Amino acid sequence: MKKTSSNRFSILIYSFIIIWVFLASFPFFWTFWGSFKVELDFFSISNWYNAVTGKNTFDTYNSQFTGAGYEGIWVQEEFWRSFVNSAIVCFFVVLTSLTIGTLGAYALSRSNYKYTFWLLITALIFRAMPPITLVAGYLPPFFEWNIWGILPTTIIVLVSINQPFTLWMLHSFFQNIPKELDESAKVDGCSQFQAFRHVIIPVMWPGVITTGLFSFLLAYNDFAVTSMLLSDENRTMIPKIAAFLGTTYTEGNIMFAVAAVVSATVPLFILVMFFQKKIVSGLTQGAVKG
Amino acid sequence: MKHRTFFWFILPTFLAMLIFIFLPIISVILQSVHTSHENVLITVENCDPFGCKKVTSIDQNATKNLNQSKPLGKFVGLDIYFDRGHLAIEKFKLLWNNSENIFSFIESLSNLPFYKAVFFTLTFTFTVTPIMLLLGLLIALGVNSISKKLRGIVIFFSLLPMIVTPLIGSIILFWMIDSRGIIGNLIQWLLNDPNLSLKASTSLTWIMLIVYGVWHAIPFSFIVFYAGLQTVPRDQLESAKIDGANKFEEIIYIIIPHLMPLITFVTLMQLMDNFRVFEPIVGFSAEAHATSLSWIIFNDLGGETRQLSAAATSSILTIIGVIILLSPVLLRTWKDFKLKK
Repeated sequence: MKKTSSNRFSILIYSFIIIWVFLASFPFFWTFWGSFKVELDFFSISNWYNAVTGKNTFDTYNSQFTGAGYEGIWVQEEFWRSFVNSAIVCFFVVLTSLTIGTLGAYALSRSNYKYTFWLLITALIFRAMPPITLVAGYLPPFFEWNIWGILPTTIIVLVSINQPFTLWMLHSFFQNIPKELDESAKVDGCSQFQAFRHVIIPVMWPGVITTGLFSFLLAYNDFAVTSMLLSDENRTMIPKIAAFLGTTYTEGNIMFAVAAVVSATVPLFILVMFFQKKIVSGLTQGAVKG
Repeated sequence: MKHRTFFWFILPTFLAMLIFIFLPIISVILQSVHTSHENVLITVENCDPFGCKKVTSIDQNATKNLNQSKPLGKFVGLDIYFDRGHLAIEKFKLLWNNSENIFSFIESLSNLPFYKAVFFTLTFTFTVTPIMLLLGLLIALGVNSISKKLRGIVIFFSLLPMIVTPLIGSIILFWMIDSRGIIGNLIQWLLNDPNLSLKASTSLTWIMLIVYGVWHAIPFSFIVFYAGLQTVPRDQLESAKIDGANKFEEIIYIIIPHLMPLITFVTLMQLMDNFRVFEPIVGFSAEAHATSLSWIIFNDLGGETRQLSAAATSSILTIIGVIILLSPVLLRTWKDFKLKK
């Protein structure tokens, strides 16, 4: 009797989890599959099953799959430019964020004065503010000094608005590293910076990588700030897709947009595949210490 | 750490935040109390053989000089805060006096652009947050009791909705709920209404955005709670079992109290993140039915006419909202810090 009821219970749990996994992943597989079809299949008026079999795609291209959307967006619409821009922005944002972030967070974790607390609290308030609220403050000086629209400006802005987050995350990683470690290094004659560079950073490496992943995601996923700060020809992928969407609904190139959306998701997919454990530890880090 | 060493370590990040967060806030505050200069007009009398005419034209030089001498514009105090696009004080008073009850008051208030955005932002924040907490907890409990071999793959797929770019995630769902998309088709078939469009109705749009918000946010609470579940003390669970507690009582009396700090943490992060809701409104092209505070700012900033003063005012009001939202947490952190000392 007991056995069957617990069996039934675990069937319930398994089906609940299966439903969640389905809801979480199905939209991605569906869109990925559909991106190799023509519009009449992807948006099917007559029969939704066309999107699976690719009936109209077969009629047009004599094959159930077509790379026409991908060719259109990457070659014709020169999406690779945005891809390169995104790569440049993400690379430099992660590099700079981590460099200045580890220095700052290390200092914050090794100091007990009152101003440490106030700096952390200010960072928390900055972290809570929607970044878009700052853009009105950026535009007049950027136009005035003629630095609006270019990648370096956007990189510095993204680094700065992500600093509060980076500081908090690295701060909690540094707190886990015993202070005795730097003390003993200093006893051996290291300066504070040498202790940081040669003793702490090697131990901190996993935490730095995790924080780097999150800085990457913040830079890669940003839409509001990058689309306000970059000129048309310097757009990164996400603002490019948004701008492209506005025109496709009228031009009928919707499959280009579908291909672009899938292309921009692939790097994230790979990221999760390789760094799943790190992402999970990053998400829980703040929580465990908080 | 010595003050001197501390100073050099903190300097780069401090400067970055000072120049690109603190100073912009000051600039935004200043812009919100100024408006751009009106053009200086000049009236000249043009006389020709047929008589004299008075012609009014823009004095280009005077306008330029004015803009250069006072680049911020004309000081208007809190006028922009009270204007129709923001707090709409006059309209507010009028509606307050003329409305029969609180519901009709709120309804007519929600026709004003700023209040419309405030209502949606608050509704979104305070529906998505509890729903994602509950579902995240249920999924964490579920995953915690399935076979260990399956957990990795479940976590992999669970991360996707959160890791995907918000704009892209909402576009993907938007295409699926299109009346020609698979979910749109399914709903039409279920309700037996071939003309049903989720985009056409305000309440359906709100539900759609909230469903997206929950979908996007569940992974976060799930992962955090799942990690928390690994640290639930075994002996407490054992002794509860011996005392005859069932699964449900176990959850209520042991697991939830143990997870309480994590629940506070996730709630705080979610309140902050949901309050800035923006991308789904763009992704779902929902601005006709739902706008948010971030969306108004974005909308004022964009386009041909960059309305910086209007955007700055909305920004300041949004920041005030965030601070109100955060104040309990800030107070608690302050108390904790004092205790530590």
